[in-house]
Amino acid sequence: MAKIVIDGIEYEANPNNNLLQECLSQGLDLPYFCWHPCMGSVGACRQCAVKQYRDADDKDGLLVMACMTPASEGSIISVQDPQAKDMRERVIESLMISHPHDCPVCEEGGECHLQDMTLMSGHNYRRYDKKKVTHRNQYLGPFINHEMNRCITCYRCVRFYDDYAGGTDLSAQASHHHTYFGRHEEGVLESEFSGNLVEVCPTGVFTDKAFSSNYARKWDLQTAPSVCTGCAIGCNTTPGERYGSLRRIVNRYNSEINGYFICDRGRFGFDYVNNEERIEAPLAKKEGELAVVPTDELQSAIETFQGSGVIGIASPRASNESNFALRCLVGDENFYSGVSDAEHEATQLILSLAKDSAFHAPSVREIELADAVIVVGEDVTNVAPRVALALRQSVRNKAKELAEDCNIPQWQDAAVRELAQHDRSPLAILSSYATRLDDIASDIVIDSPTEIANIAAAVANRISGNAPAASSDDSSVAQIAAQLSEAKRPLVIAGSTSGSVNHIQAAANIARALNEKRGAVIDLCLLVPEVNTIGMSLLVSERNSLGTALEKISNGQTKKAIVLENDLYRRAAKQKIDEAFQKVEMLVIDQLPSATTAKASLVLPSTSFSEQESTYVNYEGRAQLSFQVHRNHAAALPAWRWLSDQQSGDIESLINRCAEEAKNFDKLDDLLPDLNQFVAGMKIPRQSHRYSGRTAMKANLNVHEPKQPVDDQSIMSFSMEGIPATKDSSVLGAAWSPAWNSNQSISKFQEEINGDLKQGHVGELLIERNEIGSYLSVDQQPNNSNGGLQVAVAYQIFGSDELSAKSKTIQHRMTDAYVALSPKDAESLDLNQGDNVSLDGDGNIAIACIRSKMKQGTVAVYCGDNDIDRHALGATIVLSKVAEAKMKHGIQGLIVSDLYEDGY
Amino acid sequence: MIKLIVDTLLSQVRTLWLVFMKLFQKKDTVEYPDQQPYMFPRWRGRIILSRDPDGEERCVACNLCAVACPVDCIALQKGEMEDGRWYPEFFRINFSRCIMCGFCEEACPTNAIQLTPDFEMAEYVRQDMVWEKEDLLINGTGKYHDYNFYRVAGKKIEGKDKGEALNEAAPVDVRSLLP
Repeated sequence: MAKIVIDGIEYEANPNNNLLQECLSQGLDLPYFCWHPCMGSVGACRQCAVKQYRDADDKDGLLVMACMTPASEGSIISVQDPQAKDMRERVIESLMISHPHDCPVCEEGGECHLQDMTLMSGHNYRRYDKKKVTHRNQYLGPFINHEMNRCITCYRCVRFYDDYAGGTDLSAQASHHHTYFGRHEEGVLESEFSGNLVEVCPTGVFTDKAFSSNYARKWDLQTAPSVCTGCAIGCNTTPGERYGSLRRIVNRYNSEINGYFICDRGRFGFDYVNNEERIEAPLAKKEGELAVVPTDELQSAIETFQGSGVIGIASPRASNESNFALRCLVGDENFYSGVSDAEHEATQLILSLAKDSAFHAPSVREIELADAVIVVGEDVTNVAPRVALALRQSVRNKAKELAEDCNIPQWQDAAVRELAQHDRSPLAILSSYATRLDDIASDIVIDSPTEIANIAAAVANRISGNAPAASSDDSSVAQIAAQLSEAKRPLVIAGSTSGSVNHIQAAANIARALNEKRGAVIDLCLLVPEVNTIGMSLLVSERNSLGTALEKISNGQTKKAIVLENDLYRRAAKQKIDEAFQKVEMLVIDQLPSATTAKASLVLPSTSFSEQESTYVNYEGRAQLSFQVHRNHAAALPAWRWLSDQQSGDIESLINRCAEEAKNFDKLDDLLPDLNQFVAGMKIPRQSHRYSGRTAMKANLNVHEPKQPVDDQSIMSFSMEGIPATKDSSVLGAAWSPAWNSNQSISKFQEEINGDLKQGHVGELLIERNEIGSYLSVDQQPNNSNGGLQVAVAYQIFGSDELSAKSKTIQHRMTDAYVALSPKDAESLDLNQGDNVSLDGDGNIAIACIRSKMKQGTVAVYCGDNDIDRHALGATIVLSKVAEAKMKHGIQGLIVSDLYEDGY
Repeated sequence: MIKLIVDTLLSQVRTLWLVFMKLFQKKDTVEYPDQQPYMFPRWRGRIILSRDPDGEERCVACNLCAVACPVDCIALQKGEMEDGRWYPEFFRINFSRCIMCGFCEEACPTNAIQLTPDFEMAEYVRQDMVWEKEDLLINGTGKYHDYNFYRVAGKKIEGKDKGEALNEAAPVDVRSLLP
């Protein structure tokens, strides 16, 4: 720690940081534009000028840029110095010279960093009377709106998009006052993280297009802290609601997980909540059709599904509470997993590895610290996008190391990048097809799933001879093994989505070999596909797979089943499900109609993630609490409420009960905020202190305003009244601080810049590691027997997730089911790019996508939004060309680096 | 003591005299409603939404009036026309709550919302105090005749391309090498 003096007051500062960061950490207001807590300094905007003095006798001082000056011991600076203030005012005046008179019609207005900084630096009158520079806008796809006139050339967009997120299609063009930020030509922004431009841009150049079409100002949004349900990472988000519809989702800072950024699936995939197809009321089957159940008959209809012999099928996209309530209702032995049998097996293996004391499940922040990574068979970008962004930071650890050797501070962003050029920490990717991370990978192996397991096993064997022997002649094995062995903090990534248990086994062996060799705990990140796959699997007993449930139904051992928020046609082969459904009477609880609800005898509407308070467990076993944002849709109730006694009980008592009764969940109740910190029973308001239109929004219905809805379930209220989040950030929805209306106000809630939130909660790690494991034998899958092509399963960030695929915004970016294959295979099958092909000739149609880097003999099948029955596919398939079939989206939206151009 | 009594009496006589003299002065009260008072143009009465000189809706649904309103009696929703203009899909004022403070007019960046000298807003049914956009929008510019927001804003709308607003240069050709 260093002592620095700011305006005569002494502060403790971290000498490894710059002055701007330290000023903000101390809670001082200093305007800035180009600096970003996650992206370091480049000194582009000259906005953070302060006066620095040589020593106590120096009365003149020198103007320096706070972001480019280290907070070294004994620094004496002044933020309030008149000369420094004047400089800041003049700088902003020059930045504003060409800024259009747009604020009323700008989506950023009211949460604009430029507005805040202009006010803060005191510039208020335009003296420049010459013409403003103007630019033409570009079409940038369905997510992002472009309004280039508003640009102040801080370069944050390209620094995030290109440097941080690895995008290639956004650049700074032209020079001087012509500088333009856009694509080389109009088109969809390719990066999976393009939505962050909305939050990174300090003004309104990049705005949220989906939000604009359903717009409300930040102060009018009803918000609460929430957790993204798009994948298993559990990024923290702030959804905003107005007039009864969910309007947008923005990032919510969590130092351990998402930090400042989320992916586009999380940001734009919420629209299904407003879907007009939502189930509005309880429905029962009458003469083959689902019809609304009269209120007086509802209770008796539900009661027919209570009692012994009813089985419950859980859901990986339902909360812990809903799954637990179902388990309580049907009993442990009748509570079955809601994922496919293959995934159940893989998840159980992941859970057993999660208890192993040799490993550590790294959080996203810890993934960024890894300096050698191997990814075994997972398409990280499409399955767990936020982890892919973290991996892009992990390969920069080499650059950081080089900078440290040269005494360059880490925040000197441009210098550190310049120094390292293309030197990166090693990242080895074993995959069945080229991934979106290949541009930063040091070793890329593209092979069949079986061979990938072999190669990974060989790497483990190479690191430690004690690992089971494996034969692989791949040339990169030795290099990958050496890189992992030499690294300070190696990381092994695998998961259940690749569909092969042997990938997890081989990855675990690599981690164990490293553990054995180094005697240290090794980071082993095992990914699962859905938001609560881990939570559900912790509640289900290992032998209760979905297959056994279906068998039980087929055998006639049970006649009734309750299916919780799950479309079983996505979990097992259609034929098996059809058979089972004929023999069982079903109660299905879900938000949207699905193939499963169509077969149910009773359908109950459940609330979406933003309409309920619930907990989810992410891939590391981290439980997080997500609050209710807005009122329930029509007659929807949280699934747990349908399943338990509807009159009594609240979510808190259910969480407490789950913590008491369910194994591994004993820390779940620690997530509940401590009520004692709220004085006089005051709750935390969901609405901002400047929420508008209270006395008019419902006046068209009745001039006598209704009472604000009372929320007796939560510590949050549907009101403006209460103790706002400014005093207690443990429940922090939308960040706001006086003079800081934009999302940059988050620095006011952090212990220090990039640190934890002041009273914040990063979740609770549920699974204790106290078992000692041993090497696993890597299963061998049967060899290519019928002469078909080996199948690998492919995923898409837009489309593979069931609920976000129902969002209109996401649907613009979805593709149809496709089969990726190598040019040689395509040639031998006489297929051209974009042809329709039949899989195994059984009616499953996909589009042929010829990719130059595919391994010959292997195909990657993307099943679309369950357009192809994935569970009916064998290990190998035979493809045949079919005539034109009607497709919804085509594959034009597919963003891959190796599309085979010939003949396309 | 005597002085006090005399003073008090004189004061009362004087007061009576002054009141009596008012009988011969011009009356301040008027015979409303037979006789209409003169209302000053900037008097804060009934709220209207005005149109710009081209006859288009001035309101761009920026929400500033709603947020400035101390009694929160304005609610609206932004929409966007085909031609790029923002407009309120609905615009509602609950006049049973309105206190005619005029903050909405002060906040309005486009001179759309204006208070007028009309104060005759009494209703027999309270529900009729809730006014929608159809009731508020007038066919004129109100007090401010010349202002047209889109002529000064940088946002492109149909009929006004980039660079055609007041004080704007023609759009930059990014590919040009000239300074």
